[in-house]
Order: sequence, then C-alpha cells, then structure tokens
Amino acid sequence: MYATNYAKATSLEDAVAKLKSSEDGKFLGGGQTLLATMKQRLAAPTDIIDVTKIPELQGISVEGGKVVIGAATTHSQVAASKEIASAIPALAELAGTIGDPAVRNMGTMGGVLANNDPAADYPAAALALDATIMTTRGEHAAADYFTGIFETALEEDEIITKIAYTIPKKAAYEKFRNPASRYSLCSVFVALLDDGPRVTVTGSGNDGVFRVTEMEEALKANWSPDAVRSIAIDPATMLADIHGSAEYRAHLVPVLAARAVAKAG
Amino acid sequence: MGEGIGARVLRKEDQRFITGKGRYTDDISERDMTHGVFVRSPHAHARIRSIDASEAKNVPGFVGIVTGQDLIDGAIGNIICGWMIYSKDGSAMKAAPWKVMDPEIVRHVGQPVAFVVAETRAAAVDAAEAVTVDYEELPALTNFHHALDPGAVEVHPEAPGNLICDWQLGDEAATDDAFAKAAHVVELDLEQNRLVPNAIEPRAAIASYNVAEEHYTLNTTSQNPHVARLCLSAFYNVAPEHKLRVIAPDVGGGFGSKIYIYPEEITCLFAARVLERPVKWVADRSESFLTDAHGRDHKTKAKLALDADLKFTGLKVETIANIGAYMSLFSSATPTYLYATLLSGQYTTPNIYCNVKLVYSHTTPVDAYRGAGRPEATFVVERIVEAAARKLGVDPIELRRKNFIREFPYQTPVLMAYDPTDFDALVEKGLAHADHAGFPARRAEAERRGKLRGMGFSCYIEACGLAPSKAVGQLGGGVGQWESAEVRVNPVGTIEILTGSHSHGQGHETTFAQVVADRLGVPVGNVAIVHGDTDKIQFGMGSYGSRSGPVGMGAIARALDKVEAKAKVIAGHLMEADPSDIVIENGELKVAGTDRKLGWHEMTLAAYTAHNLPDGIEPGLTEKAFYDPANFTFPAGCFVCEVEIDPDTGITRVVRFVAVDDFGVIVNPNVVEGQVHGGLAQGIGQALYEGAYYDDAGQLLTGSYMDYCLPRADDLPSFSLDHVETPNPNNPLGVKGCGEAGAIGAPAAVINAVTDALRTEAMTMPATPEKVWRAVQAMRAPIAAE
Repeated sequence: MYATNYAKATSLEDAVAKLKSSEDGKFLGGGQTLLATMKQRLAAPTDIIDVTKIPELQGISVEGGKVVIGAATTHSQVAASKEIASAIPALAELAGTIGDPAVRNMGTMGGVLANNDPAADYPAAALALDATIMTTRGEHAAADYFTGIFETALEEDEIITKIAYTIPKKAAYEKFRNPASRYSLCSVFVALLDDGPRVTVTGSGNDGVFRVTEMEEALKANWSPDAVRSIAIDPATMLADIHGSAEYRAHLVPVLAARAVAKAG
Repeated sequence: MGEGIGARVLRKEDQRFITGKGRYTDDISERDMTHGVFVRSPHAHARIRSIDASEAKNVPGFVGIVTGQDLIDGAIGNIICGWMIYSKDGSAMKAAPWKVMDPEIVRHVGQPVAFVVAETRAAAVDAAEAVTVDYEELPALTNFHHALDPGAVEVHPEAPGNLICDWQLGDEAATDDAFAKAAHVVELDLEQNRLVPNAIEPRAAIASYNVAEEHYTLNTTSQNPHVARLCLSAFYNVAPEHKLRVIAPDVGGGFGSKIYIYPEEITCLFAARVLERPVKWVADRSESFLTDAHGRDHKTKAKLALDADLKFTGLKVETIANIGAYMSLFSSATPTYLYATLLSGQYTTPNIYCNVKLVYSHTTPVDAYRGAGRPEATFVVERIVEAAARKLGVDPIELRRKNFIREFPYQTPVLMAYDPTDFDALVEKGLAHADHAGFPARRAEAERRGKLRGMGFSCYIEACGLAPSKAVGQLGGGVGQWESAEVRVNPVGTIEILTGSHSHGQGHETTFAQVVADRLGVPVGNVAIVHGDTDKIQFGMGSYGSRSGPVGMGAIARALDKVEAKAKVIAGHLMEADPSDIVIENGELKVAGTDRKLGWHEMTLAAYTAHNLPDGIEPGLTEKAFYDPANFTFPAGCFVCEVEIDPDTGITRVVRFVAVDDFGVIVNPNVVEGQVHGGLAQGIGQALYEGAYYDDAGQLLTGSYMDYCLPRADDLPSFSLDHVETPNPNNPLGVKGCGEAGAIGAPAAVINAVTDALRTEAMTMPATPEKVWRAVQAMRAPIAAE
C-alpha cells in the first residue's frame, strides 16, 4: 500500500469538503474492496474519507411499503435485522451469503452499491426490488443507477445515504458461487412486486447486473419454476472466465431462476 | 500403553501454535535488520536489456541492490538438480544452468531479476518499484502439451526441442508382447493437473553475516536445514559448512515446497555479506503462487492388457512431465523413479513399461508436492483398473481382487520389492465402512431427487521413507537417505531428542516423545524434541516423503537401544546384578524376579556424578545413531468415495469418504488421523477444486485465492477412517509413514466416483462444475449424434 491519509467524516458536508480539499481522495465505505486493492498497489488514493460514521447513513426502518436501510449498514447488520427478516427475508438471507464473517462485519451496503462489482450480490436485490438509491445529490432509481461494470450514476463527490427497497409479495435469491472466490458466479434474484415479477442476474452479465424481462413476462402469466426453466439466455451477453464460460453461465440463469421461484413459493 | 506407542496423546506443540506463541521466521528480528524485496519478471520469456536502479537509490531508506551479475561476480554457483537420470539412449539428462538471478534472460513470470534492500519493508517495496528493467519480450512456450511440437519455442538451448530426458523403466518388448497376446486392451488418456502447494506460512529468510568471524546465519522456512546448508556450501559457494548456520524454526507447512533452496534465500545471504547487515525477506502470497515449486502437471497415455481370465498381463504408460523453466532439486526423480516404480499398484501385473519425457516450459519450476510421483502413479493405475472393469462389465472390486498381490515379499517388474500388507483386508473394511451394499439404494434415492450418485475406489500402494541410501544412490540420487538422532539424557533424567527430521506441522514433538516414553517409561512431558538447527543437531536429512516416522523414528529407536544398554550396565552395577537381568518399566530399572529397583533419575544422576560406575564405562548418558533402513516402506490402503452430482449445475459433493490404511504400527492415532485428513483434503482438492492455469502469454491466471480454489472445510465430508496394521518388518518400530497417503489415494477415488456417476471416462481434474455439467450434457445427448 502506498502512504495515504485517513480521515473520518463527521457529516455529509464534512465528507464532501474533505474530498474536495484532497488531491485524489476517495470515500471509504467498508473498505472490503478498496483496501485490498490499495494493499496490492492497484489503487492509490491520496486520501480516504471514511463515511461510515455519518449519522445520515445509519439505521434500518420500514415505512410505507419500503425497507429503508442506511448506506453504512454492514452486511452483518442486514443479515441479523429482524425488520428486514420479516419484511424481505430474501434480502437478509442474501446479506448472510456475502464474503465471510470478517467481510460482513466491515462491508457496507452503500459501499457495495457504489463499487458495483459485477460479482456483488446487492445489485441483484436492488434492481429486482425497484430500490431507490438516495444520495447527497438526490435519488436514483435502481433501473438507471447501474450503468456498467464498476460504473454507476454517482458523481465523484456523491455519497449514497440510504437505500429504499420495495417490499415484495415474495422474493428469493439463488446464489451460485465462484468456487474459488465464493463471489457470485451467476446468481438470480426473483421477486413478485405489486406491478409484476422481477428477475435479475448478477455475476454474469457483460454489463453487470441485468433484468430478464422474458422471464418476468412468463412469470406474470404463470408464477412457477416451469415458466422460466426453458427460457434461454444469449451467451453473447455473458461474461466468461476460467470458472465458467459464457455458455455455462447462460445455462445457469434459467436453472437458478427456477430454483429461486420455487424457493419464493 | 500410557503415553507410549499407540496412545492418543494430545499434541504438545498445539498449545503454542493455537495461542499464537509459535516462533516463525517472520517473528524473528535481528539488530540493524534490513528488509529486501525482489524485482520480478512480468514476462514469461524476455531478454533483459538493462536494469536501471538510479531512481531506486533516491527512495528514502534505500540500503542497497543486488543483481544477477553481482551474484556471478561474487562466484555464487548455479542452482542444482540433485538427481541424475538418463535417457533410454544412455545420455544424461539435459539440465540447463539455473542461475540464481539470470542477468540476461527470464524464463517464467515471477523470476527474480534484482533484490532491493531498504531500512523498512515499505521502503524496499517503493525502491523495488522504482527499479526500471528494460525487457525485450520473446515468444514463450507456456503450454507443455506443445513442448515437443516441431518448431516449438525453445526454453533452453541446452535441451533441444525442450526435451530434458527421454526416460524409461521396464521391459518394453515383453510388455508389447503381452499386449499382442491380450484378450482385452483398455486405453485411457489422463492428465495430472498442475497444483500450487499453498503452505500456510509463505517462504521467508533472514540472513546475517558476522564480518569478524566470516560466519553466516540463515533463519529460513526449510523442511531440511542440513540439506539446505549442504547445497549452500557445496554448490552455491556461500560459505563452508562450519561458517554457515541454518535454522528452520517453527515452519508452517511445506508439502515439499520447502525442501529446496531457492534463489531468494541464496540472494539474502549474499546481500547480508555485501551490506554487512542482516536482511529479511518474507514472501507475500502472490510470490508464493509465482515462485514456490508447483506440483504434478503430467499428460499420460496408458493402456492395460488383460487375459481372458481378466488377469492383468501388461501395463504401458507414456507420460510427458512438465518441469517448468528450470530443473529444481528433485524435479528429475519425481516424475520418474518416484512415479514409474509404483505402476504395479496392488496387482500382479507381470509386464510394465513406462516412458517419461521430461520437458521444459516457460512456467514456474515443478517439483515434489505431497506424494511426489505416487499420486500420479496411483491415478494412472486406479483409473485404468476402474475403466477396465466398466468396459469389461465386471465389478471393479472383483477385478481388483482377481489381480491382488497376496504373496510377500513381492518383487514388481518396476524395481520395488513390497513388504507384507493385506490388500483383501483393506478392501473388506473399506466396503463395510462405505456401506457398499447399500449404494444401489442410495443411488436410486438420489435419482428420485434428480441427482446422480457415483461410487469410486482407489486401492493405492506407495513407497515412502525414501531409503535406503545405497539404492537411492544407484538410481541417481545425490544424497544419502538415512536419518540421524541423538538421545541426550540429562542428569535429572529428563531427555532431549536431537533429530535430523524436521517438523513443519507433523507433530514430532509429541510422537517422537511417545517413542521414548514407550521405551523408558518416562512421561512425554519429560522429553523435549530439538530439531531444525544445524548448530544444535548432527547432520540430518529432514522431512519429506513421509520419512520422519519410518526413518527419523527408526534412528531414535536405534539411539535408544544404546541408551538402554548403557543404562542397564550402570543400573546392574549399582544393584549388583547382571545387566541382562535389568528391565526398564514405568520409569524404573528393576532386577527381574526381585524387588530391587532404581528410579530412572537415580540411575541418570549416577551416570553423571560418576562416583560409582563400572570400570571402563564413560560418565554421562548420551547416544547417537545414524539409521539407514533396509528398504522403502509400503503403506497401502483402500479409499472409497461417494459423490452426488447436481446435473443441472454440475456441482459435485463428496458425500462419503472412507479411507482404510495400513500404516504399520501407529504411534499416535490423533496425529495419524490429522495427517490423513489433511492429505485427503489436498487429494479431494486436486480432484475437484485446485488447478493452476497459465494463459498463452505465460501469466499465471490462478495467482491468488480469488482464482485458485483451495478446498474449504465445508467442501469436505466427515471422513470415515480405519486401519489395518501390518507391522513393517524393515524398521525397528514397525511403522510405515502416513504423511502423504491421503493425497496419493484420494484423486483416483474421487474421479472414479465422478466418472461412475457420469458413465464416461472423459473427465480431467479438477472436475469443476462446468466440466461436469458438460459431461452430463454429453451423457444425455441423443445416441444418434454418435
């Protein structure tokens, strides 16, 4: 790791000011990606500004058909939250599958969504549950927020404060792990919202998380595993690496989607 | 039994390991110590045009830099391969020079190019990054399957066509004849996936130089500090042996990768002298992936001949073995004498022929890794036997039973003379523990759930102990393969065992003490095991090849014989009895048939006060032995693996794993079970998870745990272990060694189970979900497609 300055932001204004006054600063969420990258000298911010203690980024609440989660909430807190477990059990379960206990104790939801790793889990839930990403500059609908691998609609000095998830009628997450890293190789989140079903895939898309609208239509007509099992995904839209070819990943999507639908009930 | 041989004594060393009180190389600091970092090649093959360190010298804290030319100018010798083998035409293997840091050419990614030393590790990292190396990239040969292709890129001019050695063992004409007369022939193409050793502690070294005494000290992660010192003295010209102390303190795993002295340790010693300051180097995990000698990496064609009665009549094996960019210490022996000599397996196959072509490639050197040649041999034999059973429609266990060796000693057609064991008993226990009879019902139940079940067997035999010296020498080995021990009895009766074996996780501090407790009746807590320091211990060969038990403990037993004899002479004298009437029991020396006795500590004190010793007996009680066994030892076993495959995802779960081993006499069941568990984890890892891959440019694609899949605890079932105990007749304790068995036997058992479930023989390791899924697709494809 190169030498860097660490500062803890006390407020949103303080964080933005600190970033502005730094030469090449970066906000620090849980640091579970950024710090590892810095240790390998693949990232070299002059300053890291820790936003996880800012009051606006804390807390979990259920209000008006939404679960609203502070961006600094750790994966452990999401996994253990009674409110989330009763409103969106699939989301709590998803959080419990991220990394290992050490990662879950440090990593935050806002950090994951700001980073938008193509193998991260939360983007699948955010897109499927029509989440609203609330920030220091306003709001982003999840549908407009994920703009590509490691790319989001966030501006450089924009901080995610809260994420509001629509409470679905039912939902489930089926995770297929990369056997080595145990990140998502291909994972599917299904949800039934008031305005219809959602099917999202993370870990496999060329452009990061994506919706499978053909499966959503099929589920609208018939919410059952069989409805999605034979809907093919074009391998040309899928990532490929030594752990899974595009063809294999494309094959996994309907398999996992059917399992997720069965799990959701 | 008490705390003696066979007792489940808890490991003495675990208190310090589990509470973080171990003392590993990186825990050690020297006064005025500096820190070194290597500049490494990013290219698989390139010419070095220049190395510019001017910027590095400006980094605050910079102390010095060592380049390959400095080492050559300092008369540092090239790294040796310690085992000479010959091609079938009689010519010697074509080992190209391995310069410690080649100043002109790099031949694998990660090869060290310069060593930068600074006041802190952080400064050294900065300074190393500031070194500019100008490379002229050259085409690379990274896939050894193409090493022998006409026109392939040549790794070394000394080995034209990349062929190091075209080696053979066995009678080819007789074997071909067996195939000509065979009723059935079964052929199989096999691959041994390339593995990274992944010791939990990365390699590390601290080199110090005392100018006034011209004396070096090297603390390092070695499995065999005396062999390291010998190489450093005799071949690398660092210093004569009496001017070089090598200490291997607590070492966190090795699996073979810490047998060798690598460029890094040699460079640290050189730098310590030039800079007149101690130098510490600790590999980070990325360096471990790039530079620890990798394991396996074979491509093999095998065929088995059977007569009409299904007796094996011939086995012919042709292997290409990847050696990597340079010939590491045992790299010539691992895919030849440690491999082809086990191709008889547990069977009476009368004709065996093996040809191995050892080839260079632009990849990290490949050498011995847990099992070293024997997992490769077992995989060939046990896969082709199972494939033959399937092809010929016979039960795989019945086919094995038809061919088991049942008369011992048994001379195989490939050099080995097996000691007694009982293959039938092993199989019987294996089948019982695996509930073999219940498998069809379990398979049917799995099918109802949409899952595929398979059961696979692996009846392995291995040679370990790596001995005797004379035989090893005749086969080309450069060192003896005995072991040494000194039993030092203190005046108060406590005991120190100075052993040439080295413990880097094996539990010697417990098991070796048990051997003493068993013989002398003293508590295990009164016995200390001293190892890993060339200044403290007589020359020893170290630990690899499961040799600490059969050879290392053998030496202790021999030294104990001498201690016991002298103790009886002293006790007899003190109790006015004939030494032959003295028995040692429960920490006392007794005159048989009387109530006369002496405490062990009373006798030892008498030995040291020397006030009343028999005439001609020297004071003190310390004895040494150098033990050279009469033969290898031959642990054997029957492994049964049951897998369940999810055909929709290709995920394979090992749902049941039985390992029944004959390790001879078992000194401590806890320790043996731990060794087997670890070996099985590595063997199952090889079969299902692990694999090192290079891209066409020679970059290691699996250079971290993000991509190199080590098995986790939740990937493994609860193992079912049992033993058959046939004492080894060639060894004072009857032990055979257990350190590698799990890794040797497991891959074949797992792949036999996977291929049983998939009804195909075409499955390479690791059997990843995607490969298994593709095999399922092939299995379910309409027959019309064929």
